[in-house]
Amino acid sequence: MTEAFPSTLVGPSSKERKYDRQLRLWAASGQKALEESRVLLVNSDGPWGDQSTGVSGVVGVETLKNLVLPGVGGFTIVDPAVVTEPDLGVNFFLEEESLGKSRAEETCRLLRELNPDVEGSFQTQSILELIQQDPEFLPRYKLVLVSGPIKHSSLDALCSAARELNIPVLYTRSVGFYSTFSLQLPATFPIVETHPDPETTQDLRLLNPWPELTEATTRVENLEGLDDHQHGHVPYILLLLHYLDQWKESHGGNVPSNYKEKTEFREMVRSGARTSNPEGGEENYDEAVAAVLKSLNPFSLPSSLREIFEMEECKTPTPKSADFWIIASAVNEFYQQHKMLPLPGSLPDMKAQSADYISLQNIYKSKARRDVEEVTKYVRRVESQLGPRPIDIPDKDIEVFCKNAAHINVIHGRNIPQLNGDAPTLKSLGNNLSIPDSLVTVFIAFQILDGVVTDIQTRGQSGQSLDDEAAWSTQISRAIDEITSDGSQVLDDDCRERILEATQELRRTEGGELHNISSLTGGLVAQEALKVITRQYVPLNNTCVFDGVHSRSEMFKL
Amino acid sequence: MSPIDSPLRWRYLHEVLTKPGPFSDEDWIPGPETISALESSKVLVIGAGGLGCEILKNLALSGFKDIHVIDMDTIDISNLNRQFLFRHSDIGKPKAEVAAAFVERRVKGVSITPFVGKIQDKDEDYYMQFKIIVCGLDSIEARRWINATLIGMVDPEDPESLKPLIDGGTEGFKGQARVILPTLSSCIECQLDMHAPRPAVPLCTIATIPRQPQHCIEWAHQIAWQEHRKDDAFDSDDMEHIGWVYNEAHERAKQFNIHGVTFQMTQGVVKNIIPAIASTNAVIAAATTSEALKIATSCNPYLENYMMYAGEEGVYTYTFEAEKKSDCPVCGNLARKMTVNPKMTLEEFIETIGERPEAQLKKPSLRTEEKTLYQRFPPQLEEQTRANLKRSIRELVDDGEEIAVSDPAYTIDFRYRLIFS
Repeated sequence: MTEAFPSTLVGPSSKERKYDRQLRLWAASGQKALEESRVLLVNSDGPWGDQSTGVSGVVGVETLKNLVLPGVGGFTIVDPAVVTEPDLGVNFFLEEESLGKSRAEETCRLLRELNPDVEGSFQTQSILELIQQDPEFLPRYKLVLVSGPIKHSSLDALCSAARELNIPVLYTRSVGFYSTFSLQLPATFPIVETHPDPETTQDLRLLNPWPELTEATTRVENLEGLDDHQHGHVPYILLLLHYLDQWKESHGGNVPSNYKEKTEFREMVRSGARTSNPEGGEENYDEAVAAVLKSLNPFSLPSSLREIFEMEECKTPTPKSADFWIIASAVNEFYQQHKMLPLPGSLPDMKAQSADYISLQNIYKSKARRDVEEVTKYVRRVESQLGPRPIDIPDKDIEVFCKNAAHINVIHGRNIPQLNGDAPTLKSLGNNLSIPDSLVTVFIAFQILDGVVTDIQTRGQSGQSLDDEAAWSTQISRAIDEITSDGSQVLDDDCRERILEATQELRRTEGGELHNISSLTGGLVAQEALKVITRQYVPLNNTCVFDGVHSRSEMFKL
Repeated sequence: MSPIDSPLRWRYLHEVLTKPGPFSDEDWIPGPETISALESSKVLVIGAGGLGCEILKNLALSGFKDIHVIDMDTIDISNLNRQFLFRHSDIGKPKAEVAAAFVERRVKGVSITPFVGKIQDKDEDYYMQFKIIVCGLDSIEARRWINATLIGMVDPEDPESLKPLIDGGTEGFKGQARVILPTLSSCIECQLDMHAPRPAVPLCTIATIPRQPQHCIEWAHQIAWQEHRKDDAFDSDDMEHIGWVYNEAHERAKQFNIHGVTFQMTQGVVKNIIPAIASTNAVIAAATTSEALKIATSCNPYLENYMMYAGEEGVYTYTFEAEKKSDCPVCGNLARKMTVNPKMTLEEFIETIGERPEAQLKKPSLRTEEKTLYQRFPPQLEEQTRANLKRSIRELVDDGEEIAVSDPAYTIDFRYRLIFS
């Protein structure tokens, strides 16, 4: 073994102590990604008519709070609004003295107090002015957060600028008891460390043992000859391999392949346990019996991976390809060679003597290391074929990829969904509308609200405000027309009624936020932001609705 | 300066309190009475940690004016990644006091009364003064204690004696919020087996056949410490103590050729650290306070009665009604069934009680209707009943017999009906 034991105690640094509880979730690599990221919050985009200052921006500030605390590199708040009396009733990051001052400046100041490691700045201009005046403004950010509702023209301009730069956008609205947010990711968004449940991800290769593993089995060939202590400490993996050999002898060389055969095989294993001992059974045999159904499945390439291997990015990497695609193409080559993925190499704990377990563990680890070496060889060859790239792909990244190969994920980013004639969005809305409890009606109510706000902001009619009955009726009809426009949807009365109810509940606060709902939504949105920034775990694809009336949420792919 | 309670300041909140919505109860009368009912509702927050900080902020910005908070802990550096009311300069100060002062300063017109101490320090009279109790705890034991206490306080003749308990809990990207109406709906104890403890590593593995780095750490913590430093009380917050355990674990790992003992892992194992982040706390805390607002005002229906949340893969929540169990040892009237191997000794059986999902009692004393099986306190009684430990269950109780289990952590007895396997 080449792994060395560290010799002296290295205690945690004060930063490691401060971030201890989160490092256990995303490790140093995730923390580094977070600390290297700046996020942009567009927290309002001008007033709605004469009586309203527009978005109160609580959900945006609460989201930032949850990113500042874990140590995001920096943030910028864009918010032209001035602090008013109603702000103090909903926003915790404002104080009495803030009244009449710039909301961007005040929220920025109070958020920065939360973590001296984080840089914060603010802008009181509108987002459109900023991106038009300074082409360098947007590229500084790894993620854009937008608090709506904002007028379509601003949202569209910002989203398309971000799309050009491959910067993800989270568009959030929180009004009364409802909230919704959508995530716009780049066209392909690969994730290596998806953190699947370790229970579901064991890869032991019992049906395809490699020579060293088979060799280990021969050492327990004579189970009968072992004394009780030894017999009760044979690792269950070796027990299963041993009984598989026996099974194959009596079944023409075939392994148990269907449920009936596996149950029979399980009985065969069970009957091998010694029961005359004081415990009346053996723990290692119990473990073996319990593992039969889940561990004896032939390898098959997960469909998500098949899809990734067939993508153009994977089949023909270019000098400009991200490291992910070069490693993916190398892993595909490995798969084509062996009809297997690289072995992850981890072994679950099991009843065994220390030395036997460690030696079995080493068999898995060395096989995994050899697989990584082979993939690395393919990676290096692809690299040299592609010609000079800024830096070689780090060995560590290849190793992490191989370990997670079966669970890598590529999300195909979609635009922020709107009711603008996009066919897949309309189809998905229609399908969900036919489900009686679906929260899609709340999403539609928010689209109607966006329409009303756009109307007020772009037409600038004096006196028009969010409680304007006519503006709502117009937008409700427009939304329903849009949903039924392709002719495939007929909205029955019940559907209409549910959309109207959601709209009615949404209108209860006249566009205002309730702190609880914005705080909860700020937690959900920050969670997605962290996943996008660290490239760990699996982010939303692509819309979530939270219903605070009934305390439930729903995801939609729109 | 404008008056603190200007209607303009609370405009959005008051909108939902002064007009009905499509889902609010038809009998509900929105208006000034609802607002004054909210403002006069005294709320207790248990815990001023990751959830508690958020809960205090949320209640203050939901219009509650009289809030109390209990927490026995002081602020540690590892709290600062999520407990946003605390700064580096607050390390070592009591959480309840710092949190209360911060929210009072920020939100004008709210009164927050801190108590630095344990929930068990307070009696029924204390708990009786509150309208709603919101819990943000990391300890199952404390949850079970407050649950049993609130259920014991219910007087069917006096509706005011029924205190809704709203409970939140988180672990990493996951969490749950639940509403409990003591004696009327499923309680913490009814749901106990939904939160099973992690199985402990058998002592023989730790003592003789370690295979994992965690086994070496447990050995250093449980066995080596006893052998070499039994006169020092082990303190998991003392860096020297953790360092010693780490070094011992490290040596043992080397001896068995086991890789992966780290300082961080050592701390995690001996302190049973649960990963915690600001965003999950925000979700769960706000879920509980949203229910508090709805219960106090009826502006919308409240949660019946459980919402679980998981954020590792997208945003997933599941809202359902957990069942009230007639054999719940706290709110039911039947003894709960417990299957037991009659060949076990009483001692072996007692060891399993700490881990059984339906019991989770660490220091149980047991008796049947006629006799005491094993009693830990006082010492004379312990001595008298000690001999039973070596006897088999079959010798001591009949199949189907009921036993009462008490534990120093709780004031009530837990009733189980033993069914022989």
